[in-house]
Amino acid sequence: MEGKDNHTTDVIIIGAGPVGLFAVFELGLLDLKATLVDILDKPGGQCAELYPEKPIYDIPALPTVTGQELTDRLMEQIKPFDPTFHLGQMVESLAREGDVWKLTTDEGVELRAPVIVIAAGGGSFTPKKPPIAGIEAYEGKSVFYAVRKMETFRDKHLVIAGGGDSALDWSLNLQPIVKKLTLIHRRDDWRAAPDSVRRMKELVAAGKMELVIGNITGIKGDNGQVEAITTDKGDLVCDRFLAFYGLTMKLGPVANFGLNLHENLISVDTEKFQTSEAGVFAIGDICHYPGKLKLILSGFHEGALMAQEAFRICRPNQKLRFQYTTSSSDLQKKLGVA
Amino acid sequence: MKVIATDQNGVRHELEAIEGWRIMEILRDYGLPIKAECGGCCCCATCHVYVDEKWIPKLYPPKPEEEDLLADAVDTKPNSRLSCQLLMSAELDGIEVTLAESARP
Repeated sequence: MEGKDNHTTDVIIIGAGPVGLFAVFELGLLDLKATLVDILDKPGGQCAELYPEKPIYDIPALPTVTGQELTDRLMEQIKPFDPTFHLGQMVESLAREGDVWKLTTDEGVELRAPVIVIAAGGGSFTPKKPPIAGIEAYEGKSVFYAVRKMETFRDKHLVIAGGGDSALDWSLNLQPIVKKLTLIHRRDDWRAAPDSVRRMKELVAAGKMELVIGNITGIKGDNGQVEAITTDKGDLVCDRFLAFYGLTMKLGPVANFGLNLHENLISVDTEKFQTSEAGVFAIGDICHYPGKLKLILSGFHEGALMAQEAFRICRPNQKLRFQYTTSSSDLQKKLGVA
Repeated sequence: MKVIATDQNGVRHELEAIEGWRIMEILRDYGLPIKAECGGCCCCATCHVYVDEKWIPKLYPPKPEEEDLLADAVDTKPNSRLSCQLLMSAELDGIEVTLAESARP
């Protein structure tokens, strides 16, 4: 089956954090096209998700740069190479198919390339479970930690928990289609875009949704079907519960790719940053070799060396020529500056 | 200057600490099982420790962000703290902490 997003390219990069993004640049200088897959709905990885506003002080030549600024600058730097992004998708499997690798995402997208680069940092971001005893019995039935299909919530009595952008955005997006909506958060203090908070409060003032400032104490229900979320402000009757308690990182399906691992990290050589499978590379925080340092700058270096071998695999009949961006008119043309 | 850390398996470790270091960084430096996935940004709760009661009065109280993160952790107790928010000082020489199960990598 050939879906519209299915395609074949030179290199597929798993993870669109700073190291995955810079790898696009190094591959691009060698005329290799890259496609990136990331479970987050935006590029930047940990820099964008965990600390967009925190300054980083150890990026060469940038005495101080925030996680988001670094992401934005890398996006600008790789723009000439026009990479394809598959965001909000998790890589589920990797299999050899003749001369190429076939990678399948949880949305059923099939991508093929002779080279795979795992730049997945600390692993894939997955939702944190709320600290509610017995909630596992309801997960995937009436309790969710992410919205995959909005229809799941149509005409339902929905309770949303959390005080960040996800809780606010989904309150605003789902309010028009649910029967009743209650948002519960511990304090009247929000880690979300001020405009979203303002719009939520307008809906509350207009009687279109309810806001409860309180603490969740438990869950009531039967056979996976939630009937109420219990709180110190009384029971919130509902038949769907959405909890947004932030994200944590787990190695995820990468652990099942059959690669040699070293304590949840992928073992690579330090010449090509290749894993135990030819054509599969690992760079950045997720790779391991003697002396490895989990620094963004180390990941940049690893990406540059990986790209040399990726070229040899993708273009076996062409000669690899090492050139500098300062002097090569060929590279400058690729960068759009010549 | 010392930090006395008990890991999730009940093993006691006496760690040499450095003034001004975050306790999370000292635990990590000695290779104790602590995830600390956000790297000290006070935006996860994977450096969660229990501080021995007698040391609590010597600590700066938690900021609201730290309280929020601890409230969302599964194994929070009244003496829970995020070790990235605890800076070593002479006053804390000998502080005893126990690593929470939820901080395991």
